[in-house]
Amino acid sequence: MDGAVISTWLAALLTLGIMSFVYKDNLYYKICEAIFIGISAGYWFITYFWDSLYRIAWIGVVHEGRYVLLGGVVLGAMMLMRLFGKIGWIARWPLAFIVGATAGLKMMVYFTTNAMAQIHGTVDDTMVAFGGGDLYDLIGRLVILIGTVTGLIYFYFSKEHKGLFGGVAKVGTWFLMITFGASFGYTVMSRMSLLLGRIEFLLTDWLKLVK
Amino acid sequence: MNKYYSWLILAALIIVVAILPKPLVISPTASVIVTILLGIALVWVLVLTIRGHLIGRRVVFLFIGASLTLPFFMNFEMPIKVSPEVKILYDALAKLPPGSKVLAAFDYDPPSAPELQPQADAFMAYAFKHDLKVIIMGLWPQGPQQANMSIDKVLQYPEIRAKNPKYGVDYVNLGFQSGNEFVIQRMGSSFRGMFPRDIYNTDYDKIPLLNGVENFSNIDFVFNLSSGYPGTVEWVQIAVDRYGVKVGAGNTAVQAPSVYPYLSSRKLTGLAGGMSGAWQFEQATQQPGKASTYVLPQTFSHTVVIAFIIIGNAALMVSYRRSKRGEA
Amino acid sequence: MKREIPLIITFVAGVAFVLQYFIPHYPFNRFENIFSDWFAIVGAFAIWLGALSLMKLCLLNISKKSHDWPISLLIIISFLSIVIAGAIDGFHGLNSVPATSFRDPGTNFDWFYQNVYTPLSSTMFAILAFFVASASYRAFRARNTAATLLLVSAFFVMIGRVPLGDYLSGWLPERMQFSQWANWLMAFPNTAGQRAVMIGIALGTVSTSLRIILGIERSHLEG
Repeated sequence: MDGAVISTWLAALLTLGIMSFVYKDNLYYKICEAIFIGISAGYWFITYFWDSLYRIAWIGVVHEGRYVLLGGVVLGAMMLMRLFGKIGWIARWPLAFIVGATAGLKMMVYFTTNAMAQIHGTVDDTMVAFGGGDLYDLIGRLVILIGTVTGLIYFYFSKEHKGLFGGVAKVGTWFLMITFGASFGYTVMSRMSLLLGRIEFLLTDWLKLVK
Repeated sequence: MNKYYSWLILAALIIVVAILPKPLVISPTASVIVTILLGIALVWVLVLTIRGHLIGRRVVFLFIGASLTLPFFMNFEMPIKVSPEVKILYDALAKLPPGSKVLAAFDYDPPSAPELQPQADAFMAYAFKHDLKVIIMGLWPQGPQQANMSIDKVLQYPEIRAKNPKYGVDYVNLGFQSGNEFVIQRMGSSFRGMFPRDIYNTDYDKIPLLNGVENFSNIDFVFNLSSGYPGTVEWVQIAVDRYGVKVGAGNTAVQAPSVYPYLSSRKLTGLAGGMSGAWQFEQATQQPGKASTYVLPQTFSHTVVIAFIIIGNAALMVSYRRSKRGEA
Repeated sequence: MKREIPLIITFVAGVAFVLQYFIPHYPFNRFENIFSDWFAIVGAFAIWLGALSLMKLCLLNISKKSHDWPISLLIIISFLSIVIAGAIDGFHGLNSVPATSFRDPGTNFDWFYQNVYTPLSSTMFAILAFFVASASYRAFRARNTAATLLLVSAFFVMIGRVPLGDYLSGWLPERMQFSQWANWLMAFPNTAGQRAVMIGIALGTVSTSLRIILGIERSHLEG
């Protein structure tokens, strides 16, 4: 038996181990799950070492003399203090940095791309719809306008959903339901694809039933 | 006793698999018969459900397993139509002249590989055949490794082998960098800042392909394969909206519906969503690969899920009618 | 010291990224570059913290001889095996000519990735397919208009995204075939709903970010 065959058998047995959970929780699954947890943690640990800590911090500081990077290393080291009970509070400093920087960047990009650009896109689509094109497009673009506006009205909870406002909000929920239905349809497609990948591996690489 | 049944079924399955011819191909007639049998079994489930006997979840699992396994041995031709969003993606790639620099961001891991790896293969093959220069990177640590697998695969294609693309000249793998969207943000001013060396520890400045590549203004197109965060959303928010580069994407089906607003607002230049996006992308780029072999099992599984939804709702309608009659 | 300094750090980091968005010139772009580099490094340490916390927990389990201590031992062995493989391959790659990467096909690290990590992680997500199917049979009922719309939309997407849809509706004009229904549904009603959600989330993100930067929201500093 050569190495490739052993590797394939190992991969197949691990695949079946996780799949056995579908029948019921069992020891075989638990063992595979433990290996998965350990291997995943180890994978992330070592890749972050080589790709980030070595490549940016070590090369930057030691080979290129960019001592400003030491600030990041110090903050990172403070993060590890969380492992030690009494001085664990020091980890709040790097955490504050991460949260602050993320908030600053996210605030701007979400506002411009996900709010302003989308409002602009909706208005633009409506203008295009009335500027020409076929019926199929016209209806579609009007659907986007109505769906977006009514959907947003549904999310406005400062006014009670009653009367005309409530009716418009209800139309909004219908659009949201269609959206969730589409997402569900795509989720089914995705889940089936993932299982397909594993079944294909078992049938092709392991059992050789498929060429 | 139940315990022994399970082991007996498992043993029987092993024996059947052992004695089956390899590879196993079912004739078209047998394929039709198997499909009809599957249909009859679903009708039987419908009858049972309407009578008020919900089948066990393991029987449902069995149906799903069968619908994904059996079509691998069948031979039905399934025509593929390319959707508008995949066409936009392909058109954007087709417009790139030879020598264009394309940044390929591999932001996914092995669980999403069945959907995204075929797209990666089709893209790499297309890029090499059309002399596009590919700069690979990943915001997910597994991404660059998935890219290596894709390159290894397409380099075996005779047409590409004849072209003999060279590492560092025709393609380069910059690897992974932590920092999520901050990596994209930093690349807006300097690629080198985030990737001072490639995965082989070669200095950025010593890689011929990267000569003159300072930031996004030196990139003609970004192709992003994404299965979540960080991924297409972040590329659109920063690379497209801030730095003005064109981004086309291949997404997992779970993520794809949420990025449609970017398509509509022309922030995203094309999208291949999920497995259907993958086989359409293969069709558009004329690189039939793994996704094209998944068409039949995917179709069967969708049909079974739709059948289960219909069966469940048919039972609901029948029970409504019964309760109404009871009230009358 | 425990609260004030983190609040100042949050404010400075947040304001730096807001300012550089409007003024992408010196000195703000310099701050942005430095902070982005720091973010990458701190992000890596955060992953290390997670992995090391897991190891700490497992070691505690073993030392206390908890009832599942062999599982903890297995986690540690798995962790160490890939870390050692990656470390050896990485150092080997630095010194070899021509240079190699720890990710290259044929390395021990790649062996773990291909034959252990990939099957385990892929299957873990793949088995969700079974539960989605089971839920479709047992839970998805068209009990009202909203639920019916959800199911009808899911139906058109599922049937329209596979060739069977067009096979069944092939007798209809091209525009009326199932794939076209799915295209239309994704491009218009789905876009409308997603856009409403997207704008709502964006406004929420902006307000939450402002609260964090200004120190009104402090939950991340607790614990």
